[in-house]
Amino acid sequence: MSQQHAAVNGGLPNGKVLTLESMNPNVKKVEYAVRGPIVQRAVQLEKELREGAKKPFTEVIRANIGDAHAMGQKPITFLRQVLALCAYPDLLEDNKFPEDAKQRARRILGACGGQSIGAYSASPGIECVRQDVARYIEKRDGGIPSNPDNIYLSTGASDAIVTMLKLMICGEGAGRTGVMISIPQYPLYSAALADLGAVQINYYLDEDKCWSLDLKELKRAVDEARKHCNPRAICIINPGNPTGQVQSRECIEEVIRFAKEEHLFLMADEVYQDNVYADGCKFHSFKKVLFEMGPEYSSTVELASFHSTSKCYMGECGFRGGYMEIINMDPEVKAQLTKLVSVRLCPPVPGQALLDLVVNPPQSDEPSHGTFIKERSAVLAALAEKARMTGEMFNTIPGITCNPVQGAMYTFPRISLPQKAIDKAKEEGKVPDMYYCMRLLEEEGICLVPGSGFGQREGTYHFRMTILPPAEKLKIVLEKIKTFHLRFIKEFS
Amino acid sequence: MSATSLLSPRNLRLLSGAPRGFLGASRGPHHHHQSGGRSSSSPLTCPPSSSSSVSPSTMCRALSSLTTSRRGLPKEKMSENGLPRPKVLTLDTMNPTVKMVEYAVRGPIVQRAVELEKELSEGIEKPFAEVIKANIGDAHAMGQQPITFFRQVLALCSYPELLNDNTFPEDAKNRARRILQSCGGFSMGAYSPSQGIDSVRLDVANYIERRDGGVPCDPENIYLTTGASDGIVTMLKLLVCGQGMDCTGVMISIPQYPLYSAALAELGAVQINYYLNEENCWSMDIHELQRAVNEARQHCHPRALCVINPGNPTGQVQSRQCIEDVIRFAAKERLFLMADEVYQDNVYAEGCQFHSFKKVLFEMGPEYSESVELASFHSTSKCYMGECGFRGGYMEVINMDDDVKAQLTKLVSVRLCAPVPGQALMDLVVNPPQPGEPSYNCFIKERTATLSALAEKAKLTEQILNTVPGIRCNPVQGAMYSFPSISIPEKAVQEALEKGQQPDMFYCMKMLEETGICLVPGSGFGQKDGTYHFRMTILPPIDKLTILLNKVKTFHQKFTQQYSS
Repeated sequence: MSQQHAAVNGGLPNGKVLTLESMNPNVKKVEYAVRGPIVQRAVQLEKELREGAKKPFTEVIRANIGDAHAMGQKPITFLRQVLALCAYPDLLEDNKFPEDAKQRARRILGACGGQSIGAYSASPGIECVRQDVARYIEKRDGGIPSNPDNIYLSTGASDAIVTMLKLMICGEGAGRTGVMISIPQYPLYSAALADLGAVQINYYLDEDKCWSLDLKELKRAVDEARKHCNPRAICIINPGNPTGQVQSRECIEEVIRFAKEEHLFLMADEVYQDNVYADGCKFHSFKKVLFEMGPEYSSTVELASFHSTSKCYMGECGFRGGYMEIINMDPEVKAQLTKLVSVRLCPPVPGQALLDLVVNPPQSDEPSHGTFIKERSAVLAALAEKARMTGEMFNTIPGITCNPVQGAMYTFPRISLPQKAIDKAKEEGKVPDMYYCMRLLEEEGICLVPGSGFGQREGTYHFRMTILPPAEKLKIVLEKIKTFHLRFIKEFS
Repeated sequence: MSATSLLSPRNLRLLSGAPRGFLGASRGPHHHHQSGGRSSSSPLTCPPSSSSSVSPSTMCRALSSLTTSRRGLPKEKMSENGLPRPKVLTLDTMNPTVKMVEYAVRGPIVQRAVELEKELSEGIEKPFAEVIKANIGDAHAMGQQPITFFRQVLALCSYPELLNDNTFPEDAKNRARRILQSCGGFSMGAYSPSQGIDSVRLDVANYIERRDGGVPCDPENIYLTTGASDGIVTMLKLLVCGQGMDCTGVMISIPQYPLYSAALAELGAVQINYYLNEENCWSMDIHELQRAVNEARQHCHPRALCVINPGNPTGQVQSRQCIEDVIRFAAKERLFLMADEVYQDNVYAEGCQFHSFKKVLFEMGPEYSESVELASFHSTSKCYMGECGFRGGYMEVINMDDDVKAQLTKLVSVRLCAPVPGQALMDLVVNPPQPGEPSYNCFIKERTATLSALAEKAKLTEQILNTVPGIRCNPVQGAMYSFPSISIPEKAVQEALEKGQQPDMFYCMKMLEETGICLVPGSGFGQKDGTYHFRMTILPPIDKLTILLNKVKTFHQKFTQQYSS
């Protein structure tokens, strides 16, 4: 450092100010496999195809990310009509638009500064949207009250999750905040914890029991962690990403009891709350279960739950809409949270408007209701069918075992890899399932994310695949994976 | 020394305990109706494990006096074993760097303004009929109309059925088709690449080349962002490392836009203040930069220099010469340059012109253009668009190390992508209707009307404020704010200090209560010790602005009189 500085006197110093060695070390540790090297390669392959390069496939199919519209899912008409009206209010004079869409647009615009979605909103979000969110939660949870003051609109759920984690991080050494996350997990969590320099505490989901959460495992994880950090929060994704399980009511109760006993802040990632497909499975919100457990829990356990416009039947990822509800948060901490979000001014207003429509869709006596229900049901029914098809198909392939996709948008099958393939991967300096996925991409044009990007028990290998492609295409994808897998196994046997 | 460290993290630490900060606000009447929380919030006893989680750093200790003051509060609920059970997350156990964050533009004064609006709507008598929020550069909220072409294209992108509607002009349709074609599944609802939609980045690069007289711009160097704030915080995050003497220091102007101080506090970096010269129209002075960096080198590792041009809150437009000097200084001192150029179209004063740092850098020849690292920021929120709600923006990075760039790309991928409607809007801003296209005339008319109204309001603001004895105001050469200095009588200063308020906060709070005008006190931006200012936007419509300025005038005279002995 001082040497470099000495160069100042003799003309301009060499070397960059900002290098890999001198940059934020936490950022270097961040990893996000969902958009990692395999996706970068997929982008390259697409470019090569466009330039006319010969490949053993004609298109790259990106089954790496839960991006419904990119996979051909059509937006819900009503949502987009209202957004168009909000963007260009002259259309309010146009009688092509149904009255309920216009009313909704007028109401949103009326709550915006200068009646424009181009004005900043209040930092926690537009007041009337927060009220609508609270009413939606009350309805969803069978009447348990929700206070709009506890709702913070966000830039997708990711934004709110990172903000909550940020609030929680403090201490050094053995006093450093630890956060419990499931393995496998959605890598936003590990990335945020690395960025914040917090301790990641892994608890393993039980693959043999349909990726269920096991209390003993939670206990083991927290006990071990207490030796080297200060566990302060537990994150749950329900329905699960990447694992697709839907938690039972009983399991949620156990988790809440555990959080209380161990004095942990609960973070419930519930962005897939409408994506439940399996018979006998039902979505239970942590909030509802918490309040049904009585005041001993409902007045003490601190909870933040997250939702988004990106998943469910909407799949509107690009708008970056979302919210979190906080329960039992210390009022002084809440004031700090409000201050913190004010620095970024506000979440994108079109996303806030969209969220409003999601929590307050057309009612049965409104003109758009019929179309809305038809479109929503079609999307959810197709997803249920694809979830079933995916599970069945994978289980016919020797060497692939797959839990049922009870909910969410992904399958996370386990793949057995021959020792020779594992050795080959190591030779190339790759994690074995990364090697597998890279080969699949190069040979079949299918882009998946290796299980190592989400975490998995040592010695096991998986990949995550979305169930989002249209059924016809999904069939082809599954067939191609089958062919590849058999070929791969044969090559290394 | 005392002046230079006014806004140092050390002082912020102390200030954050004073009632003017958010902590104080949280004790105000605003929070009293949040029943129940207080009783269980007192961290009287922490569980053994979490007591060690309180950061051993002094940041936490400086705040412990607050904790003490809460100890007399009602007993919290007993847990099963009879011991008090505090919350997991309390003021004492939360992230200490977050506590040090301050953001005056949406601080306590704005919270009070919101309360007043509510009281008015409930029919409570006030000495004013409406609250005028001149605290923030929010053009549409102040009545500025959106540009028709932009909103037409956004409506088309939102609901592509409208492409069959012949009420929309062809160029708007073409633009919408082009944007949709570069979206996954032809939908704005798909995620974009994390760096932004390819075709938008390409258009941004073309725009920059045109703006900078042909200096080349590589789309690979463009990152679309969630407003400029997002880009700025991301860049700062990359730069922060080291502990103690090696901790990254970042030079920011005083007065500054408080996003910078807030981000540095949160990242735990050292804020290095350099003072703008108010006597010389808030110009930047190389001697002052040198002083600041020399002093800082004794306790941290200065690595970056942030410049806002045109200035926020100070409204100055930097000369080409000044920018050259800054670039030379950055090269000599080995500083990463961050140029916040979100007001690049907002230049009003005669003889002033916007020069981008990139352009000047490249005109200085390869010795500089091949070595100085630069990030410049732009946004859809300011200029003639004022589309704040869409959170559109971009940054261009120049001479960034390839490995660092890969890390940057990885980092932004975690948040998936910037909001796509904002990206679409950014595309229209950098690629507006061209001569010969059907929307061209209307676009030019609307843009010109907004910019000339702003120029007129800039002048009007300066003129009226300078007629008030005790208010002194530099010309608003650019941007959207006036930052006049105000003399506050000694008696008022005393009363403010007795109340634990900064004198200009006291002044602005009184003005809000008496006139309904919401301004931001200069202390929220930083100012030389013993001087006082406020920031006011010039955005209200001209008739309203005139009324507002006259109200400020009347208030100031009354205030001065009241506190003169």
